[in-house]
Amino acid sequence: MNRIYFDNAATTSLDPQVLEAMMPYLTEKFGNPSSIYSYGRESRLAVENARKSVAKILNAHPAEIFFTSGGTESSNTVITAAVRDLGCTHIISSPIEHHATLHTVEFLKNKGEAELSYVKVLPNGHIDMEDLEQLLASHEGKTLVSLMHANNEIGNMLDIHAVGKLCKLYGAIFHSDTVQTVGHFPFDLRNTPVHFITGAGHKFHGPKGVGLLYINENVRITPYIHGGSQERNMRAGTENLYGIVGFAKALEIATAAFEKESAYIGTLKLYMMDELKKNIKGVAFNGDPLGRSLYTVLSVSFPKTEKSEMILFNLDISNICASGGSACTSGADQGSHVIRAVNNNPNQVTVRFSFSKYNTKDEVDTVVEKLKEMI
Amino acid sequence: MLKLPIYLDNNATTPMDPRVLEAMLPYFTEKFGNAASRNHPFGWEGEEAVDYAREQVAKLIGADPKEIIFTSGATEGDNLAIKGVYEMYASKGNHIITAVTEHKAVLDACKHIEKLGGEVTYLEVKPDGLIDLAQLEAAIKPTTVLIAIMYANNEVGVIQPVKEISAIAKKHGVLFFTDGTQAVGKIPVNVNKDGIDLMAFSGHKMYGPKGVGAIYVRRKNPRVKVTAQMDGGGHERGMRSGTLNVPGIVGLGKACELCMLEMEADTKRISAMRDKLENALLKLEEAYVNGSKEHRLPHVSNISFKYVEGEGLMMGFNKNIAVSSGSACTSASLEPSYVLKALGLGDDLAHSSLRFGLGRFTTEEQIDYTIEQVSKTVLKLREMSPLWEMYKEGIDLNTIEWAHH
Repeated sequence: MNRIYFDNAATTSLDPQVLEAMMPYLTEKFGNPSSIYSYGRESRLAVENARKSVAKILNAHPAEIFFTSGGTESSNTVITAAVRDLGCTHIISSPIEHHATLHTVEFLKNKGEAELSYVKVLPNGHIDMEDLEQLLASHEGKTLVSLMHANNEIGNMLDIHAVGKLCKLYGAIFHSDTVQTVGHFPFDLRNTPVHFITGAGHKFHGPKGVGLLYINENVRITPYIHGGSQERNMRAGTENLYGIVGFAKALEIATAAFEKESAYIGTLKLYMMDELKKNIKGVAFNGDPLGRSLYTVLSVSFPKTEKSEMILFNLDISNICASGGSACTSGADQGSHVIRAVNNNPNQVTVRFSFSKYNTKDEVDTVVEKLKEMI
Repeated sequence: MLKLPIYLDNNATTPMDPRVLEAMLPYFTEKFGNAASRNHPFGWEGEEAVDYAREQVAKLIGADPKEIIFTSGATEGDNLAIKGVYEMYASKGNHIITAVTEHKAVLDACKHIEKLGGEVTYLEVKPDGLIDLAQLEAAIKPTTVLIAIMYANNEVGVIQPVKEISAIAKKHGVLFFTDGTQAVGKIPVNVNKDGIDLMAFSGHKMYGPKGVGAIYVRRKNPRVKVTAQMDGGGHERGMRSGTLNVPGIVGLGKACELCMLEMEADTKRISAMRDKLENALLKLEEAYVNGSKEHRLPHVSNISFKYVEGEGLMMGFNKNIAVSSGSACTSASLEPSYVLKALGLGDDLAHSSLRFGLGRFTTEEQIDYTIEQVSKTVLKLREMSPLWEMYKEGIDLNTIEWAHH
């Protein structure tokens, strides 16, 4: 039986074209990019071409693009640097951030390195902009604002320009975790008031183990991982050559097909919403699914019954892959911190469905059909 | 036909074993799940693969699978071990002992710790590259929390007396971390027999993929803890967050398994070729092996050819033979190797050195070609060298007073 994979916010399958682009660097082109002979030079060229390509797509300068081991490393790096290198004494974040952000800001707070405030989240999952401005205005020292561009569980999207402008007004440093949006939306970083963004290859049909860190040219930070002059002294460690090549290729493919694919995937999401509303009584949606929201993520709340409590288990039995929250916390019992922040209705069971270009309407039909039996 | 260029820089990175790639491929494509997805089979497949790899890695170094934490590579592992211990054991002390010949990842992490207010002792090494155990013991203070000495050096291949170091560490209740990047997979490393508390290593130095590595963190006698350097989803038992690089981890596991199975045969074959290469090149006048020949990795030979510029030497044949004059991480700079200088080499000898790093895919034919090419180039360069001419005329170059510009 064919599996249906509706968990693309957790990770995506590698595009075969990306693997093809990576293959030479998994085999004959294996040189260490720091070596000066031909094997090394061809590797160095591949890394720098990847950087240029990524920079061009995001409309950034190649010198602003750094490759890391993933989104988690990127977020850890810049949040820590904002405090230790840029002198931020206050962090504003939100309770619905990814744990890579939350655990890092909490760590800094617990160490006494920075004060921490959480901006209010509105019932529709968006950030309360007035509260954000108040928090910015009420603190004397330099502030880091760390707010994700799109939420991985409910799909809400931040108005990155509006937040960036506010940060500018108050002289704050602005980091946006863009792991769910890089490779899914166009970026124009030269005209976006943000200091740091992050990305992960495996969220847009690229490889795992490679990430992006954009550092605006106007800020200077020191490395997080020390030893070796890779990434222009910003990130030590032998470059994940094939991963970097794959990251760039995946971003190129995603960008070239953006309009077509975003429209297609968005249709799937809307179609699933409609079908669920038609077929399942009492179904509700978290966040702002028809407003500023990822076209890839649909967070659904089902009325809680004895049967529906087993919904994830039953979905799995039916070969349908979805998730209760983010993958990183899916083993934990305490439930999703994001859902708790936006929807504290104890009589609902939440499931996240997240789509990719490889999903179809037929799959949605099958899933809705199965869901009807499970509720 | 001999295919050029010949790759003799396996200390910088190794080609991936095709069997490793084969093991990885399914995890790029159909088995692409996030290993942390707990409620569907894509996730389970990923998790199972990671668990299996963890066993393969653990087995190679005689560890328990629970003691293996996957990282993005040895540099991250070095950073995690050193900074993680420094932070975790802050209440015990703030002093770390390391050696001047360590890899930059260790040295720079230590420098960072000095900036944070920690204290670091950098041990000198003897001319053979080994640390002095008496010096090590004398350097231990009540505030010492960690001894960080590499298993084997990346430039000269010298193997440190790890068992003796760990005995000293244990005697004084200090943790022992070793950067095992060059040793693991090449020579028998056993965390229990060797008394290692923490060890970092990476995939791409043992015919596995780049972008993945592991650290060993001892769980018993003593139970060692490190403060995570990457916070997030709590992966790797909270010690290292971030979506697991499943194909990379599968590749690392397979690479470890192959090293375990083939180490003995590989070592026999490779060391015979290394010795052949070394003996042939030492027939040239004024050629010296750097570092201990006795305590050395079986695939490495670092040789200085006096009165020849290393860079010129490399230019002579680097289109056809990929070797390095030092570590890859610093090879773009023209500074002489800090490792060789620490062994007591003057700038002249340090500048005239080549590191030959043989590997699993090195052939006899490649070695013969290398002997011929290197010998020819050394002789040719010396023919053109006024220093060589003076040396030949019996002038002691050290007595000459050079005109300063």
